[in-house]
Amino acid sequence: MGFSKTASGSGVTVVRVDGQLIVGNRQELKALIQESLEAGDRKFLIDCTHTAYIDSSGLGALVTISKKIRENGGELRLAGLNEDLRSLFELTKLDSLFHIVPTVDEGLTGF
Amino acid sequence: MTAPLRLTIRRTVPTDPGADPVAVDLAMPSDVSEVEAAVELMARHCFAGLAPCARTAFRLRVTLAEALSNAILRGNGADPTKHVWVRAELTAEAIRLSVRDEGQGVESTRRQSPCLPAELEEDGGRGLFIIRHLADQVEFNDRGNTIWMTLPRC
Repeated sequence: MGFSKTASGSGVTVVRVDGQLIVGNRQELKALIQESLEAGDRKFLIDCTHTAYIDSSGLGALVTISKKIRENGGELRLAGLNEDLRSLFELTKLDSLFHIVPTVDEGLTGF
Repeated sequence: MTAPLRLTIRRTVPTDPGADPVAVDLAMPSDVSEVEAAVELMARHCFAGLAPCARTAFRLRVTLAEALSNAILRGNGADPTKHVWVRAELTAEAIRLSVRDEGQGVESTRRQSPCLPAELEEDGGRGLFIIRHLADQVEFNDRGNTIWMTLPRC
């Protein structure tokens, strides 16, 4: 459970979210992205393939992260959302705010 | 170091006419780092012996995490000396979850809809909106420090 960061060959920082993104661990993800931005990373893909659930604090963290990345001239994509997670983004209309792709491989294509 | 979660389970004989539903009670400190463990404990006991569909399990986890977050951060003001109590009343068809904090009730300042284009980039304000959409029924007590959420059990 938690977050792990890897760099793809095409210069994209892939952050994998295992388990859940909720009120108890959202700050950890925000700190990890901030640290990466300060290190010069600009292209981010958050891999939700192994994410069980996200609460409103987790969604809020993603909104904040998205804004920070854009302010720094970067781009964020989300990949691997299961049907329940996808429905949560649709319910809150956040699917219109994020670039959501079905899989990590598709997300890395043309990034 | 945080004290371990306290979980007590009260069960009644299912065949006893007029018996109360099976109840699962959890007391936890006002610590957001304990939300994940509390949600998993309650989910395990609410679905014991059942094979709920993924959607049902997802709804329980998200609504309970939301309610606990509200109780800890808003109800108890993140005061570590205060507690939050969770109860699940289980029948064959439904789970009636309640979450109670020690607060005096919080006047809701949430937007009616966090989905308007101008609101989308706000980082908060979606919790109750999500609960109302994922639970079959949502109620509050008059004081405003207890929420009840009814969900399917399978």
